[in-house]
Amino acid sequence: MEATGFDAWVLTLAVFLPLVGALIMMVVPKAYELEVKLIALGSSLAALAVGIYILFQFDYGSASELQFVVDKGWIDIINSRYIIGLDGLSLPLLLLSLLVVPLCLVYSWNHVPSPGNTKAFFVLLLILSTGMNGSFISQDMILFFVFFEIVLLPMYFLIGVWGGEERRYASLKFFLYTLFGSALMIISFLALFFLSKDAAGNPLQTFDMRLLTDAAGSGIVKTTQVWIFAGLFIGFGIKVPMFPFHTWLPDAHTQAPTVGSVILAAVLLKLGTYGFIRIAIPFLPEAAVAWAPWIGLLAVIGIIYGALGCLAQKDMKRLIAFSSVAHMGFVMLGIATLTDFGLNAAVFGMVAHGLITGMLFFVAGSIKERYHTLEISRLGGLLKSAPHMGWILGFATMASLGLPGLAGFWGEFPAILSAYNPGAGLSEELFRTYMVIAAIGTVLAAGYLLWLYQRTAFGEPTEEFADHEIPDVSRNEWIAWVPFLIGIVLFGVWPNLIFNLTDGVVSSITANVEAVVAGR
Amino acid sequence: MWMLENAFLIPLIPALSFAVILFFGKRFIGADRVHVIGITAVSLIWVLSLVAAFQWTQRVEHPSPDAIAQISADGHGDDHADDGDDHAGAAMDSESGHGGGHSSVLISPVVTTYSKWWSNGGVDFAVGTHVDGLTVLLLVVVASISLLVHIYSTEYVKGDRRYVHYYAFLSLFTAAMLFFVMAQNIVQLVVGWELVGVCSFGLIGHWWEEKPNTDAALKAFLTNRVGDIGLLVGMIVLWGTFGTFSIDGINAAISASPGTQHLALLVAACCLMAAVASKSGQFPLHTWLPDAMAGPTPVSALIHAATMVVAGVYMIARLYPVFYDGFSIGTSSINLMALIGGFTALMGAGLAFAQWDIKKVLAYSTVSQLGYMVMALGVGAWTAAIFHLFTHAFFKACLFLGAGSVSHAAHHTFDMRKMGGLKKFMPQTYWTFVIATLALSGIFPFAGFWSKDEILLGAKVGQQNGYPLMLIFGCAVAFMTAAYMTRVVWYTFHGEYRGHGHPHESPKVMTVPLWILAGMAVVGGAFNLPGPVLEPFGLEGLAHRVQTYAEPSVYLSGLGLSHPDPSLSMALIGLGLALSGIIVTYLYFWRKMGPHGLTERNKYAKAGYTFLENKYYLDYLYNDIIVASIKKPIANGANWFNQNVLDKAVNTAGESARDSGRWIYKWIDQGAIDGSVNAAARGADASGEGLRTIQSGKVQNYGQLLFGAAAVLAIVFVIVI
Amino acid sequence: MLLNQFLILGAVLFCIGVYGVLARKNAVMVLMSIELMLNAVNINMVAFGFQHEVVSGQVFALFIIAVAAAEVGVGLAIVLLLYRNQTSIDVEDFDLMKG
Repeated sequence: MEATGFDAWVLTLAVFLPLVGALIMMVVPKAYELEVKLIALGSSLAALAVGIYILFQFDYGSASELQFVVDKGWIDIINSRYIIGLDGLSLPLLLLSLLVVPLCLVYSWNHVPSPGNTKAFFVLLLILSTGMNGSFISQDMILFFVFFEIVLLPMYFLIGVWGGEERRYASLKFFLYTLFGSALMIISFLALFFLSKDAAGNPLQTFDMRLLTDAAGSGIVKTTQVWIFAGLFIGFGIKVPMFPFHTWLPDAHTQAPTVGSVILAAVLLKLGTYGFIRIAIPFLPEAAVAWAPWIGLLAVIGIIYGALGCLAQKDMKRLIAFSSVAHMGFVMLGIATLTDFGLNAAVFGMVAHGLITGMLFFVAGSIKERYHTLEISRLGGLLKSAPHMGWILGFATMASLGLPGLAGFWGEFPAILSAYNPGAGLSEELFRTYMVIAAIGTVLAAGYLLWLYQRTAFGEPTEEFADHEIPDVSRNEWIAWVPFLIGIVLFGVWPNLIFNLTDGVVSSITANVEAVVAGR
Repeated sequence: MWMLENAFLIPLIPALSFAVILFFGKRFIGADRVHVIGITAVSLIWVLSLVAAFQWTQRVEHPSPDAIAQISADGHGDDHADDGDDHAGAAMDSESGHGGGHSSVLISPVVTTYSKWWSNGGVDFAVGTHVDGLTVLLLVVVASISLLVHIYSTEYVKGDRRYVHYYAFLSLFTAAMLFFVMAQNIVQLVVGWELVGVCSFGLIGHWWEEKPNTDAALKAFLTNRVGDIGLLVGMIVLWGTFGTFSIDGINAAISASPGTQHLALLVAACCLMAAVASKSGQFPLHTWLPDAMAGPTPVSALIHAATMVVAGVYMIARLYPVFYDGFSIGTSSINLMALIGGFTALMGAGLAFAQWDIKKVLAYSTVSQLGYMVMALGVGAWTAAIFHLFTHAFFKACLFLGAGSVSHAAHHTFDMRKMGGLKKFMPQTYWTFVIATLALSGIFPFAGFWSKDEILLGAKVGQQNGYPLMLIFGCAVAFMTAAYMTRVVWYTFHGEYRGHGHPHESPKVMTVPLWILAGMAVVGGAFNLPGPVLEPFGLEGLAHRVQTYAEPSVYLSGLGLSHPDPSLSMALIGLGLALSGIIVTYLYFWRKMGPHGLTERNKYAKAGYTFLENKYYLDYLYNDIIVASIKKPIANGANWFNQNVLDKAVNTAGESARDSGRWIYKWIDQGAIDGSVNAAARGADASGEGLRTIQSGKVQNYGQLLFGAAAVLAIVFVIVI
Repeated sequence: MLLNQFLILGAVLFCIGVYGVLARKNAVMVLMSIELMLNAVNINMVAFGFQHEVVSGQVFALFIIAVAAAEVGVGLAIVLLLYRNQTSIDVEDFDLMKG
């Protein structure tokens, strides 16, 4: 069912408006700085406006079906088509991505990190935006792959040019590590292209995700499925990042400029988990069942391991980065259960983590800007020096440790809950053990986050900064942060906003998995 | 019954008050007048909770016809499944009933009102209220004490650097506690449970400039989090076993067929017990509670004495069938819950002797009394536990606020060695404190006597078997409680003033709440008088009101819970123990003064400071010779165990977690995993380095290589062919 | 038979050419040695074409002569430019591609 009229264009607009903005900016001379910034903000806001239009036009009654579908020829020779569409799974992530970019632009309006060059910085952010938006709506594997890779390049430059002292090392590590994953991923894509058969047993030879979802791995023997899944697993697992593929993350986060970290945490990591839910599990349900116990194991190791890593950190940004490993562990645990309950929790966890950790990185960046250090032992008394910022940090900390009534809880609690009853013939005993370990992880989470908060915000400012004037939250920071704060509270109080959207999609995925597993 | 069906208003009001105080308080009302909002909101909910209580009693006494019909049909209405529509506010009243467990009074079913909150994978989560007698009782307790603490605080924290935040958090706490109390399902219980924990964190750390305060706050939160593992897992097990989150549904399912899910319930009960231990300060997770005294004193009264810490007790009472079945309370004569409760009661009472900080004595006393309640629940004395919760809330709040008043007068110290003789400076505080002490000690006819008596009786009689060990614990604690409280009264109010400055009576805004609480400490026992006491006056109808109104016989009757008959001998034993505790302590202090005869006070005045020191010396000797052999080893041993084993274990666990984190980070993360990534890169680098020497840039070298290779290939080719 | 002599001549010429390419320092000499190698190939081409009685061998030889002429033209131009830049035509002096 293809969209017609204006609706056929909305998704394309949402994806490419930032790119158009970036192209226009390139021809405007660097001297016209204000104009350049306004074009950047305007184009990203226009994309956001389209997103809001989608929000109103979206048919919530059939959130499980793709809407605003466009299916046009693209690269005919390899049977790859320009297929885009949006369902309840993509919608929250697309909106998150659309929202984050203008806020990042506002945040760095007058504070483009050294070595400056606002124009280039903003252009890269807009290109990044196109890549992220496109990934969430592509329904063709090659198209998805292209967007997935487009994301890498601007991020590489953002880290490598505007990053901290060890930016070269971090950016290169980020780029190579994810590229390595992508290489395995494209091999798996090709294997799917060549091996998938339709119900009648004819080779499909398609990159169309809709067809591959329907095929659900039919015609591929189980061992092959498991190998194909392994490629996808590494590709997406690096992006998530799952233990033990996470080591690029702390470096990238620590060295990246503030908005880079925010986008990395808020959106980029979600590409991995989104890939699992959108591609890996529905395409290869049998392999997913075979892999699920291992994914669950790595997830709970990640939860405990990330938390322990946090306890050892001396740098605030690095600590938050490690906490991402732990939080994404909860998301992956939800996915590993292969239940609709767990997958819903995972999507919720993705959005919640995006908002909360994004917020934490914003605050960390602002602290860095004021104190010129993020070494925890040198900080202290933030509540006294900059009370509003201290409160916001406290709020984000509480949200991050999973306080009920804020968004983090509804990603964490249902994920733990879902492990009690894993789906599709998975071992109950095993997953219940995971459940208990994950529950222990929540204690450690509270430990490292509150310890961080105690050392940075409580007490008196350290002698080093006792005489410094620390400005409180600025106007631009308020503009950038308030939507995050509202989102954290809103989703915390009314979790159905997201569960309602995703429920239909994930139930059809898990129903498919159950059917395939039962049928063979 | 309007209030019962619209009970959601009760937590909503303080929640709004929180938002108003926090966001508009400073700007529109003035930083020093924000208490007006808080007090208005809490007064409102106090009235509403009284209305709810009244309506509930009406409901119990005059059940509606359809409720009677349900009861006579002896069916538990299938009440929850049909909530299909998801628009918010689609509240519906569902009633459930069971055969009358009580012979004379019809038990009206619970009023649950709820609407769908969110749904996930076909599982609906509701938000709503679950109102029955227990809820109403807690509502009244929380609202009353919160109101008094709000009023008291206007003076106590006047001019504080964070007056606005203080009141905002008080409101938020009240809202969270009420939300917890009225939870319709176990998810709401979890939510409320965590939220009160956060408020406690915020208020303990209210003066966060000083590190000990934030340490205490962190300790409280983290210890509670440890218990929360049990809470999460236990709740999930309950959900997995019964397929519903509704408290009503779970309780009804167990009472309909007791014993069928014993193993799952045992697991759930053990897990939830961990949560209870953390929240209600039970052994071995009680160590945070005395530290939590770092917060402002009114907060200690409200949160760490009267309301939040009873959340664990409340949860047991709320989900009693789970524990009753899981721990086989009905048939055993000892079980985990009773043992933990009894041991905690004994340990707490022992520790209270060794403290010099008045708030810490009260804190250990709270630990001990909470242990009493848990023990009561563990022996099957449901009503006694809740009744004790009710009376304890008032007299313990009175004691804490009294301690606050003392410290307010005596230069903000809580060290009893710097007090003494305050009786004549602050008679009002003194008398309210004494009344509350008598109530806590369990002296007839004060409130504590009646509730403590019922617990001892419950332990003696048990359900099918008595709980002899618990009875011994209970009796010992009754004696010790009276003794250590008398000690506190002695050191604080009697003798000579040992501090400096001029202590003065607190203003009315502080003493009036004290008198109200003291009044409740006097008459609180009247709410559940046993029948025989009232018979001579022809008022049998007023006997056992708490039991009648609060006990959810709807569920408990299915379990076959029985009530022991009142026993005069047990009451006399309990009273005798308490009195002897007071007398022994009194004699101890009095005999120490023996040589100075009746002119005790004058002698003190004359002898002055050196005399005071002398007294201390005697005190020490006396302790050493007579009491030390009994008291010191136990109390100090417990204290040592507490500080060096349990507390240390907590600290060591934290430190070793940090150390292992460091280790793993250093060796595995940075060493092995990251190392292997880097090693791969280095390998590529090194091989490149090796190969670059060949790359001389000279054409002829390349040519030599080319021809050399061609020649080698040609030779190979020739040999192979 | 006749073919063998032609092939031996070609091989000898080729070896001389290889020696010249690898051992001579003068760039012009290197170019000339390349010509020798090409012509060694030409001889083989013609010889085989004659042996198998096909004309394409000689056609190829003609093509190679034409291409060799062009190659020498380009090569000499490069040598000239090298000389202008470095005032040397010693191949040892040119190692800009060194890794």
